[in-house]
Amino acid sequence: MTKLVYFAWVRERIGKGEEEIELSPSIVTVDDLLSHLKTRGEEYEAALEYQDVIRVAINQEHVDHKTPIRGAHEIALFPPMTGG
Amino acid sequence: MAKIDPLILIQSDDFDTAAEIARLTSSRHDIGAVVTFSGLCRDEAGTLSALEIEHYPGMASSEIGRIADEVLERWTLTGLTVIHRYGMIRPGENIVLVVAASAHRSAAFEAASFLMDYLKNAAPFWKKEHLANGATSTWVEAKTTDADALKRWQLQK
Repeated sequence: MTKLVYFAWVRERIGKGEEEIELSPSIVTVDDLLSHLKTRGEEYEAALEYQDVIRVAINQEHVDHKTPIRGAHEIALFPPMTGG
Repeated sequence: MAKIDPLILIQSDDFDTAAEIARLTSSRHDIGAVVTFSGLCRDEAGTLSALEIEHYPGMASSEIGRIADEVLERWTLTGLTVIHRYGMIRPGENIVLVVAASAHRSAAFEAASFLMDYLKNAAPFWKKEHLANGATSTWVEAKTTDADALKRWQLQK
């Protein structure tokens, strides 16, 4: 099981802050994961519609969409950051 | 010169800027410059009632820690403090504080500026605007000018 966590409007559109899901071995990269999540329902489609905009962290470190997700125990999806 | 440990705090409570400066300078005589940056909540000409700041617990502090380490690689500082608040923040209240102390001013100025530029782009915080007229609150969009601000640091040093 992999823990997925969501923030800001990604969290609001999906309708939950986190969940644990089983990922098939065919999901290799972050891009694969995002494409897969979009098949889970219209909330996910709405949250991930602009896939390129979504920022991703694996085990709390920023990664790009080509990064393999193997070994990830926590994957976070969120919009571009607006702190400071 | 031994590398200093930055102080990084992610908290909902307000902070005391004078106390944070004193924390870096008290009982030291080698500091010639202290630069502080305070980020405050604006009311956007009266339209905003509050900013709600969401953060990624754990990663917020570790990511700022990574940026602070990069600052300390580039500039020789005698002290560095970064405080970022989360939760509901009203106009006029503090959001973020950077205190950089060094022997001479240029290191402290540049370090504080670099840290804020990188923090805005990479520290996992998101602002939601609550409006004074009660209209639906909206997430603040990331600015391309903030991304552009990073570029100037890639040309220097």
